Amino acid sequence: MNFMFLSDLEKNKVARISNILEGEFSINAKLREVGFAEGDEVEIIAYGPVAKTPICVRLNRTMIALRPNEAKYIEVEL
Amino acid sequence: MSLKAALIGAPNCGKSTLFNGLTGGKAKTANYAGVTVEAKRGHFTTPKGQEIELYDLPGIYGLTARSSDEKVAINMLEGQMKGVDKPDLVLVVIDAANLRTHLHSALQLRELGIPMMLILNMIDLAERDGIEIDTTILEQELRIPVVTSRATRQGGRENFLSRLDELIDDGIEKAKIAPEHHNLSELQKSARSLAAKAIVKEALINKTTRIIDSVALHPIFGPIMLAGVLFLMFQAVFSWATLPMDFLDSTVSSLADFVRVKVGHTIWGELLADGIIAGVGSVIVFLPQIVILFAFILVLEASGYMTRAAFLMDEIMLRAGLNGRAFIPLLSSFACAIPGIMSTRVIEHERDRITTILIAPLMTCSARLPVYTLIIAAFIPNVKVLGFIGLQGLVMFGLYLAGVISAFVVAYILKKTVTQGAPQAFILELPTYKLPNWRDFYVGIIGAATSFLRRAGTVILQVSVILWVLAKFPLSATTLRESFAGKIGAFLEPALKPIGFNIEIAIALIPGMAAREVAVGALGTIYSVQGGENNTQGLAHILQNAWSLPTALAFLAWYVFAPQCFATLATIRRETNSAKWAIFAFLYLLGIAYIAAGLTYHISRLIIGN
Repeated sequence: MNFMFLSDLEKNKVARISNILEGEFSINAKLREVGFAEGDEVEIIAYGPVAKTPICVRLNRTMIALRPNEAKYIEVEL
Repeated sequence: MSLKAALIGAPNCGKSTLFNGLTGGKAKTANYAGVTVEAKRGHFTTPKGQEIELYDLPGIYGLTARSSDEKVAINMLEGQMKGVDKPDLVLVVIDAANLRTHLHSALQLRELGIPMMLILNMIDLAERDGIEIDTTILEQELRIPVVTSRATRQGGRENFLSRLDELIDDGIEKAKIAPEHHNLSELQKSARSLAAKAIVKEALINKTTRIIDSVALHPIFGPIMLAGVLFLMFQAVFSWATLPMDFLDSTVSSLADFVRVKVGHTIWGELLADGIIAGVGSVIVFLPQIVILFAFILVLEASGYMTRAAFLMDEIMLRAGLNGRAFIPLLSSFACAIPGIMSTRVIEHERDRITTILIAPLMTCSARLPVYTLIIAAFIPNVKVLGFIGLQGLVMFGLYLAGVISAFVVAYILKKTVTQGAPQAFILELPTYKLPNWRDFYVGIIGAATSFLRRAGTVILQVSVILWVLAKFPLSATTLRESFAGKIGAFLEPALKPIGFNIEIAIALIPGMAAREVAVGALGTIYSVQGGENNTQGLAHILQNAWSLPTALAFLAWYVFAPQCFATLATIRRETNSAKWAIFAFLYLLGIAYIAAGLTYHISRLIIGN
């Protein structure tokens, strides 16, 4: 088992969400409502053109853009 | 008794298309693009004759309100919206292709204890991708009716309508559960296990979307593609519109000539020809440009490309103190700052939203085009630079660029001073690419065109008449300076003289405060009163003789910044809920306009040497 944050995941590596952390500004609820949940499949499919941010994540078959700042609240396992 | 139903769903689930399809009513497609900014209302009748009052609410992912846009939807569902009762029936719309990710929102909404139906929308697109869903399992487990609906064909709504009639016959109370409350992660867990049972066959992300995105989101090709799209958009606005504009222009002048001959050179004939037809006509000429610009923005929104643009621009916007989400309101402001400012409701952080609102008027809106076009045609020679770039186009581009650059500078300064705050989250779903729905497109274009023409028929008509009267009376006046308008202009002239403006400009700026494009009609009225000629080409010719080049350039610089639109200021007031920000916007824009015009005037005089 190899745990890491979604923000540190390599591009095109498929991982599963193991935990969503609590943080300021109800980040946990925001991430959950848009669809992130434990057990879901995620994969980084693109980076923004400047400073590799934001990141574009495939969540199941939905595509979601978010910043590394938000992605670091999502814990994944390979 | 009519039944009150509300459409609820995530942004991009296609519920506005459903709304337009059911009601034939007015609402555009994506919430994200800031189009569904308020609860929209419409009516339809079921096949069995039940009258339904239908609300289209802003897109929400759940019951945690983040932006002021989402608050509208949630307040209505919870019965907290002033003057609006809770709906009798909630129609939850989920994009069938994203059922796994979004099903928990249906479970959460069900807990409100309002009768509910689940609509799996755009099932045809999901099936095309290879997804199969068993709706019977969903119905059994959720204990509410579950129907599918197609995006493209009209027949796609029949299933929904017949089930709705069935439900009404049985009593809608059957389709609800007692209010409950589970936390989000519990809801997600049950939603995921239900989805696992109901989704018979899963598939990869839509192939076309993957192919387009391999270019559109590419770190190098993505920005190139975005620049290309924006270039095409502005190119279209300026070149495709020429033909219909020339046609409108010649129609207006022949109409004025016709009136002059028929009514004769009486005071009424002059009012009709020089005041009303020349004034209103000089603005109506710009309808083709406005329609083309709105058409592009509607297509970019509905196709799903706008969200890609927000993705590409986020980091750059962030560095200016903004959010990627601000890209859409700002791009819309190129058409008109009013829908642009209204669409900032998708920005959840209040300070970021205010910053975006304050800089939206710096985006060159379509109302400035008449002014730019007139002055450029009159003063900038139609030559090629480097053999292929038209100088006139280049100047136009420069004016747009000046607006954008100053917007970023102003945003940066505002974030450091009056609208400080931590950067907010940026979480944005990128929907599958879709062909725009033609009904939505049509509704959007007609809406934009009618609101423009309504302005031409009301504000601009009144202003044209008032201005003509001010310039014509008292009848004893032989020159403009002796007229009422001349008196007002003379009062303002000392303040405007240092930046190179003459008395005619001073007069034209007074009605131009109401709406920018009115200044063109005003100049037309003023100079035709003076010179007796009145079509737009004639006006350009008159201006060449009446203004120096530095004056013309200063006038252009003034227009990049000047807060000359009462409707925008009123919208700022309404959207920020305070007169303070509207006054602030007015003063800072006026200040920059004055300085920019003054600098332009004096620097260009130094260069030209007169």
